[in-house]
Amino acid sequence: MRRVSDELAIEVRGLRKRYGDFEAVRGIDFSVRRGEVFGLLGPNGAGKTTTVEVLEGYRERSDGVVTVLGHDPQLRPRALRERVGIVLQSTGIYRHLTVREVLTHFAGLYPHPREVGETIEVAGLRGKEDARTRTLSGGQLRRLDLALALIGDPELIFLDEPTTGFDPAARREAWDTIRSLKALGKTVLLTTHYLDEAQALADRVAIVKDGRILIEGAPGELGASGGRYRVAWRNGSGMLTQRETDDPTTLLHELTSAALARGERLEGLSVTRPTLEDVYLELTADA
Amino acid sequence: MPERSPGFAALTWRQYRLERRMFWRNPSAAFFNFLLPLLFLVLFAAVLTKQSDRDVIVPGIAGMAVLATTFSALAYNMVFLREQGILKRVRGTPLPSGAYLLGIAGNAITNTAVQIVLITVAGKLFYGVAWPRDVGELVFFVVLGVLCFASLGVALAHAIPSFEAATVYVNLIFLPVVFISIDAAHDPSFLKGIAEGLPLKHLVDGLSGAMVTGAGIGDNVAALGVLVLWTAIGFALAIRGFSWEQRRA
Repeated sequence: MRRVSDELAIEVRGLRKRYGDFEAVRGIDFSVRRGEVFGLLGPNGAGKTTTVEVLEGYRERSDGVVTVLGHDPQLRPRALRERVGIVLQSTGIYRHLTVREVLTHFAGLYPHPREVGETIEVAGLRGKEDARTRTLSGGQLRRLDLALALIGDPELIFLDEPTTGFDPAARREAWDTIRSLKALGKTVLLTTHYLDEAQALADRVAIVKDGRILIEGAPGELGASGGRYRVAWRNGSGMLTQRETDDPTTLLHELTSAALARGERLEGLSVTRPTLEDVYLELTADA
Repeated sequence: MPERSPGFAALTWRQYRLERRMFWRNPSAAFFNFLLPLLFLVLFAAVLTKQSDRDVIVPGIAGMAVLATTFSALAYNMVFLREQGILKRVRGTPLPSGAYLLGIAGNAITNTAVQIVLITVAGKLFYGVAWPRDVGELVFFVVLGVLCFASLGVALAHAIPSFEAATVYVNLIFLPVVFISIDAAHDPSFLKGIAEGLPLKHLVDGLSGAMVTGAGIGDNVAALGVLVLWTAIGFALAIRGFSWEQRRA
C-alpha cells in the first residue's frame, strides 16, 4: 500500500470546493504518477484552477482527500513548498529588479536551488539577465514565471494555463521547455483549455466540466474510448456519405464488395477514429 | 536531503535587504511618501518663525513622519503587492510568511528611524529646538507609534479595493488626521474632540514630551492608553482581514 502511494506524486479523492452556494469542484478523483505530465483540460470556469489551487495549498477544500508528494497541501508544510514549483495564471513580480536579481533572491529561499544562469537559459531568457522586469514583454514575463517555478529545482511543477496569450512560436518554445521538464523526470500538472496543448504534452488528460471529471486517459486513447469509427466515402453520385460503426471491418467489407459488384470505385474512402477534439467538443457541449 | 533549509532570521534579513534595494530604485510613490514630512518641516518652519511654534511643530512633524512611513507606506505597499499578485507568488515559495512580512515592515521602520533622526537633527540645527530631553522616551514613543500605525496601515490595505484607489483612501485619512493632530491644542473644540479619539495626537503628545517639554511617560498615561488601544485594534484588523490574493473585479 505504502509503496504504491509513494509512486504517486498527487492523489485526489472526492475533492469538493464550495464558494458560498456555488460548488466549483463537485467530487473529483484523479492521481498523477511521478514523472508524468498530467493535463486538466476544460473550458473556462470548469473548475480547473480551483482544483489546482487546492493542490498548491492556496485554497482549503470543502471535502475530500488530497495528497501532494506525501503531504496535505492545505497544511502548507514548508517541506512541501520546497519541492514544488508553481506557475500561476497571472502574477506580478518586483518591477524594479533585474531578471537575475529576482531569480537570485528566490533561489535563496530553497535548500538546493538550481543555478541561476542555467535556469535563465532553460527558460529562454538569455540576453535579458540584466533587464529590469518591468521592461519585459508579456511572453518574457511568462518565461520569468517559469524560471521562478524552476529555480528551487522542484520535483513537481504546476502550470496553470502556461501558454495563454502566447503567439504560436512562443507556444512551441514553451512546449519544448515543458517537454524538457519531463525529460528531467519532473512531474507536471498542467491545466489548459487548448486541446492541441494537452495532446502535445500530456501523458494523460482529464476533461473537466462543471466541477467534474467527464473522462480521463491518454490523449490518444480518449478519442478511441468510445470504440467508434467513422467511415466516409463518396457514393456513385459523388455525395459525401459517412457512417459510424463499432465494427469497421464488416462495414468496409460490405461497402467494398457492393462497390465492386456495381463496378464503382469508392472515391474518398477514409476510416477515422474520433479525435480528442471530437470527444472534447461532444463532452463539453452544453446540453 | 543533506541541504538545510535557510533559517528564519536569514530569510527575514534577505527579504529586508531586497525591500531596501527596491525602495531606493523606486523613484515615485515610495520616495514622495518619504520626502513629504521633510517638505512639511521646511514649509512650516518657514511660516512659523516664533520658537514656541517651532517647538510645537517639530514633534508634530515627527508624528507625521511615523504616520507617513508606516501607515501610508504599508497601506500602499500591501495593496500593490496584493493586486500585483506578488503576495500570492511569495505564498507559493518556502519563504515563511512571518519572515516576509517582517522584511517588509523592517523596510518601513528603517524609513521611520531615518526620518526621526533627520527631523531631530534639522530641528536642532536649523529651527532652534533643543536636543531631545529623553532619548529613551523618544524611542519608546516612536516604537509604539510604529506598531500602532504599521498595523493600522496593513488593516487599511484590506479595505482598499484596488491600487488605483489606494491614493484616495490613504490621503483621505492621512491629510485630515495630520491636519487636526499635529497641533491639536489650537483646534476648534469639535476637531479637538475628534483628534483626542485618534492615535496621532497622542503620539505627538508623547513625542513632544520626549523632545521638547520633558514630560515623562508617566505624564502621558492617557496618550499611552489611546495608542495601545488603537494598536490592539490595528493588529486585530490587520490579521483578521489579511488576503494573499487580488480582489476580483
